[in-house]
Amino acid sequence: MIKYIFKRILMLIPVLIGVTFIVYFILALTPGDPVTIILGDQATEQSKEELREELGLNQPLLKRYADYMVGLLHGDMGKSYKNNLDVADQIMERFPNTAILALTAILIAMLVGVPVGIISAKHQNTILDRISMIFALTGISMPVFWLGLLLVIIFAVNLRILPSSGFDTSSIAAAARSLILPGIVLSVNSMATITRMTRSSMLEVMRKDYIDTARAKGVSERVVTFRHMLSNALIPIITVVGISFGNLLGGSIITETVFAWPGIGRFVVESIKMKDTPTVLGCVIFLSVMFSIVNLLIDILYAFVDPRIKSQYKLK
Amino acid sequence: MKENKATSFMQETDAPKERGLWLDVWTRLRKNKVALVGMFFLILLVVVSLSTFVIDLVTKESFYNNFVIKQELTEKLKGPSAGHIFGQDEFGRDVFLRIIWGTRYSLLLGVGATIMAALLGGAVGAVAGFYGKKLDNLLMRLMDILLSIPSILLSIAIVAALGTNMFNVMLAIAISYVPQYARIVRAAIMEQKSMEYIEASRAVGAADPRIIIRHIIPNAMAPIIVQATLGIAGCILSIAGLSFLGLGIQPPVPEWGGMLSNARQYMRDAWHITAFPGLAIMLTILSLNLVGDALRDALDPKLKN
Repeated sequence: MIKYIFKRILMLIPVLIGVTFIVYFILALTPGDPVTIILGDQATEQSKEELREELGLNQPLLKRYADYMVGLLHGDMGKSYKNNLDVADQIMERFPNTAILALTAILIAMLVGVPVGIISAKHQNTILDRISMIFALTGISMPVFWLGLLLVIIFAVNLRILPSSGFDTSSIAAAARSLILPGIVLSVNSMATITRMTRSSMLEVMRKDYIDTARAKGVSERVVTFRHMLSNALIPIITVVGISFGNLLGGSIITETVFAWPGIGRFVVESIKMKDTPTVLGCVIFLSVMFSIVNLLIDILYAFVDPRIKSQYKLK
Repeated sequence: MKENKATSFMQETDAPKERGLWLDVWTRLRKNKVALVGMFFLILLVVVSLSTFVIDLVTKESFYNNFVIKQELTEKLKGPSAGHIFGQDEFGRDVFLRIIWGTRYSLLLGVGATIMAALLGGAVGAVAGFYGKKLDNLLMRLMDILLSIPSILLSIAIVAALGTNMFNVMLAIAISYVPQYARIVRAAIMEQKSMEYIEASRAVGAADPRIIIRHIIPNAMAPIIVQATLGIAGCILSIAGLSFLGLGIQPPVPEWGGMLSNARQYMRDAWHITAFPGLAIMLTILSLNLVGDALRDALDPKLKN
């Protein structure tokens, strides 16, 4: 078991190096001279040259990447071109907000998606199943930014019962209220995917002989559903929850922009518009690393859910 | 019933083997009425966007200049009326016409990005699957790395670095979809590679590229087509998302996501400029998803419960 986890963690290292490498080189292509962005057009050639030297911009690209990686391992992501603040600090300041939003969304998605998927599968081809599948398909096809705007128009502008933007942390109740709309909006795509995956995974398991055996033994339908069906249908569901959670980190960019949420997603969009490359780089690398770590955790979770993996490593 | 007779008659006279699969698929697809509605909507969109090109060509863009992008500031943000069924936007432009003229961007860029992704990913997957071993390992690890960057983030980074013209937006979206195609094509090739007919064509002296392109790919087409249909939906959604963030197609081009981005500021006064462009995006994606799902079921009935 520990060996399996250890192996997974080791496999993460080359992926992370690759991710930072790709992102660093893509963003190195950004047009515009950073020195001019920092000092403005009026700066003298000499002061520009000095700053260029100081930032190491005269170094070859690979050397700069190596330096950046060394800094990254020490938690240093450089300074913003715009306000000279520490990029890592600014990211850590915003990360809790993004994490809260993403966790809320995945929670909503799971709490709705899994039960609806189970009900749908148990009542296959009934009107109930049809309706939930139509909702799921609509959910997958829903542009999140549009849904966000519509909900704001309905609940914030017209009914005035929920705040339209921002994260009010003055009290727990206010925070919860400001989480409702963005949480729902961010969850919709994942909710739909989870519903569909739960349904199809349950349907597959339902056909198995051991389900008939369990029923023949006189096990109650509830126990059959949850112990025999769900626990065996769980692996694809976990996979899809994991993928969704990773996508939520990326998807939060749009949701955070719609709701002016003070998280990393909105931060990265603003930084791009201000041509603040170190900040963009830091945010993209940070979110990609988070994404990889979530995937790793999902892989480790498999080992607990899937006895086949466990036994595979016990034998060795 | 009549059609069935006709097809069985044709099967006897024409080369039966070549008609088999796709005719079968169509017969099964036809039963899915909802998917047919989706398909009809997509055909309508294609026709609409083609006719906007024709109108532009025939009127030498005077229709476009006089109606689609013409500003009537005195009538800005007016709601739907008989003259403007979807209302007017912040510059008094007709929302309906802008949506109609916007179809081309979503469709062309969505299809373009998908083709680009399928070709790039297909090439990587084909080489990886066919040659295996070290090359396979190297290419697929590279794909894993691309997959570990959330797709919208990768697109954003690419657009931020290269700038926001249409080709770059398309490229940015395409690259984030490359790994999916690489995986599918690789899996399909590995499955086909060991088949006897491949061995046979190698025995008669066919070169590797010919074996891959002429023999393996056609036999592995089904999953690629399904993925592409669903992929177009994803690409259109991503492009609209990028434009919404202000990092995609730039105004005054009437791109749907960009229209929504502008509409945000006027959300409080004019619901219609938010509602209709989004509806257009949603219906397009929904139709593509319906057709994609139906195609998957029709191509592989085993998967359907």
